[in-house]
This record gives sequence, C-alpha cells and structure tokens, in this order.
Amino acid sequence: MSALQRTPLRDFHAAHGARLVDFAGWEMPVQYRSILEEHKAVRRAAGLFDVSHMGEVDVRGPQALAFLEHLVTNEVARLYPGRVLYSPMCNEAGGTVDDLLVYMRGPEDYFLCINAGNIPADLAWIHAQASGFEVTITDRSADYALLAVQGPRAAEIVQTLTGAKLGAVGYYHFCEGTVAGVHCLISRTGYTGEDGFELYHAAADAVALAEALLAAGRPFGLELAGLGARDSLRLEAGYPLYGHELSATLSPLTAGLGWTVKLNKALPCVGHDALVKEKANGAPNKVVFFRTGDRRIVRADTPVLGPDGAVVGRVLSGTLSPILNEAIGSALVETPAAAGALAVDIRGTLIPLQPAKPPFVALKQG
Amino acid sequence: MSNIPADLRYAKSHEWIRPAGDGTAVVGITDYAQSALGDITFVQLPKVGATFAAGATFGVVESVKAASDLYAPAAFTVLEINTALDVAPESLNKEPYDAAWMLKVRLTGELPADLLDAAAYARQLG
Repeated sequence: MSALQRTPLRDFHAAHGARLVDFAGWEMPVQYRSILEEHKAVRRAAGLFDVSHMGEVDVRGPQALAFLEHLVTNEVARLYPGRVLYSPMCNEAGGTVDDLLVYMRGPEDYFLCINAGNIPADLAWIHAQASGFEVTITDRSADYALLAVQGPRAAEIVQTLTGAKLGAVGYYHFCEGTVAGVHCLISRTGYTGEDGFELYHAAADAVALAEALLAAGRPFGLELAGLGARDSLRLEAGYPLYGHELSATLSPLTAGLGWTVKLNKALPCVGHDALVKEKANGAPNKVVFFRTGDRRIVRADTPVLGPDGAVVGRVLSGTLSPILNEAIGSALVETPAAAGALAVDIRGTLIPLQPAKPPFVALKQG
Repeated sequence: MSNIPADLRYAKSHEWIRPAGDGTAVVGITDYAQSALGDITFVQLPKVGATFAAGATFGVVESVKAASDLYAPAAFTVLEINTALDVAPESLNKEPYDAAWMLKVRLTGELPADLLDAAAYARQLG
C-alpha cells in the first residue's frame, strides 16, 4: 500500500469533519458536511477550497516566452505582467498532455499551475520540450500551498484581510500582496464559474491562512467546500476536467476548446500540424454536454445510444446539478451522431439526453 | 457514531425492518448506510403489490457518489411506498428511521434467522 501525499491542511480538514479520500494519490477532503450543500453555498455566498495538491512550476530565462509558445496551444505573447492565461498543452498527435494556467510575472519570468495527477508526467514532458531553449524549469509544487475562495462574496471576504486593492485586479489577473499577514500571489481565477481568488502561498503558512479566511468568511456565509463540490461546480460551469473531457487522445478541439488553440502564432506549438489537420478535416468524435430532466445521475463511462439503440459514444462526466435538480454531464460522441437523438440506459430505463450549451446556470464569471 | 435504534432488526446489507406485530412491517436504510452513501439524490422503489424473497433486490438508492441496490431484509409484499422520497430523497440523509422510511410491507414468511439486533449490528459496524 503506497502512502498518500498530504497537503499542509490535512489535519485542518480532519478537525473540521472532512471525509478524506484518495484523489490522484493525495489524501483530500471530498466533503465536509454535504456535497450538495457546499455546492449551493459557493453559488449563494462563498466556499473555501484546499487545492494545494495542484502543481506549480517556474519557467524563467531569456527564451521563456518562446518556449511557452512552443509548449502550449494558447497565445502566451498576449500576456503582460499580472495577466493569467488558460491553455492546454498538446502532444504531437494533438492529444492533450494537460491543461494549465500560465502566469506572467515579468518578461522572462513565468509561473505555471498544473493538475495534481499529472505533476510527474508534466515535468518530464516540459523538460523534454525545453531542450534547445534557454530556460530554467523549476518544480515548486512542494513549496506552495493553494487556497481558493470562490463565490459571489469572495472579493468582500478576501478584502477584509488584505490591503491589496482587489477591485483593481480583473478576472484572470493577479497581484502580489499579503492576506492575513501571509505573502500571497493573489489570482482572480477559479474552477467554479463564480468570481473568486486562488491564493498561492508558502506551505508553512497554509493553516494560518485557512483559519483566517474561514473566520473572516463565516459572517458572509462562507463554508468549507471539498473536491466533490468542486467537481459539480466545474461541470455546471462547463469547464473540462483532465482525464474526462481532455486526455492524451482527446484534443482541445474535440473538447470544444477551440478558443484556446491559436494556430497562427509566430511560434507554432507542439501538435500544431495535427491540430491544423483536425480543424480542417473535422474530428471523428466531439464532446457534447447534456441535461436529462431526471434526477438519476448519468455516470462516467455509461454508453451513449443513437436513435436505433447503437452505441455512438460514452459519458465523460456526470453529476446531479444541485441548482437545476437534474442530471447534467458531458459525453464523447461520434461526430455524425452528435446532432441526432441521444439516450442512455440507466438500470433498464431509456433516458433521452437533451443537448445543452454550458454553463448550465447563469454565472458571474466564465 | 451511527444511530442504531434498539427496537429495530437489521440486515447485514444495512437495511432495517420494524415489525408491527400484526404481520406488517416498515423497511428503510440505516443511518450508517446514508452516511456511507453521502448526499442521496434518487430512490427507486417497487410498485405496491410487488413481492420479494428475503435478500432479493427491491430498489436502488443513488447518491452523488454511487448507486446501490436495496435488499429485502425479509420476504414481503409491498403495501405502501413512501412517495415523499421521489421529491425529497435527501430526507434519507436526515431522518433514515423516521420520515424517510421506504416501504410498508406485509410479511410473507418468518423473519430470516440472520437478521441482527441493534447490539449485533453495532458490532458489525465496529
């Protein structure tokens, strides 16, 4: 039995009644009280999430920009100091190695946030792609803890603990400052579809910062929220989760993330030719989102059936939307079948999938 | 700690049964079961008049996490189902022994010998 990795907040979670589970090799809180209630708290007021399992990587050097343009599909040249960019990075076949955030701190100084489950593979991939570029890649994952405050009251809550002018930090922008006396990279980003902040800080400060945020947030209705709510919130917002809507064999184009794939960059990315071909010829499969009008959850890997009952795809993600009170999800479907009638069989009941364009609920950010 | 009322009998698969003494009984799932499942989102129950052997699957309870079969703790015919669970399955997380009962049944045989009393069920949970 291999030991699970722990964030600096593992005992904090246990003391607050969390149910801890193995998530990508990390012992993480899936819920504290109730996934549905934590989800609603984030849409109504705010939630505090420990996402310290995410990986952080410094990319520095005279060719940092050129290297990142090579590495990721979105256009890093558009960044300026204080700006954040969401992007996939692809393999030569156009499949997705990971999706990540790119932070520009200065002209030769960038910072990446990558998925926890992909940290070792991403680092190997990033190092391999960096050969020939004058850059220094440094894994900072163990140095940083990461707390996310998400929800319509998030800005008010964080503002009570910092002198930084949060009103001046736009969506997908960041600044450096102290929050409750803890030095943070204060990033106006998130994975819930709500306004909010992700606070990168030294691992040793995590418990003090979490306690301060919880105490400051409680009067605003903030609750601790686990990875269960994080998943239902991101699916309601229509955001991809690596391993579901994106994978080594699922390109960002197939996933409907064409807006993150810039094929006319001065410096083309890894996978450029394959992505150009996919864009020109179309892909054999596409990711679609659906709702059912029924409370039965349509779980990942459920076969998707076409009008004649033949299997034309499979479900990638599925949950119950706590806001809509019906099942929502995503599926990978053969492109010719995607516009037709689709259904799933749940325990002998045929349930039609109603096509949906996310977000499934009205969002403040997105 | 799980709530385990003393006056009920328990199946190893975490259903409870409350015999009324007149050949009828009420059936539901235990506090331990609802807690292990987490947020309950859907309950599928049989039709009135359906008959089940002890140990047969009589329905499904679904949570955000997983779907689980429900097993008949005794042989019975269904007299009434709790239709309130259609619209408020989450009441199973709050009142599994009370408002969130599942079935009222007519027993069609002896109670199985392997049903547990509260003390034995508590020992099973450890």
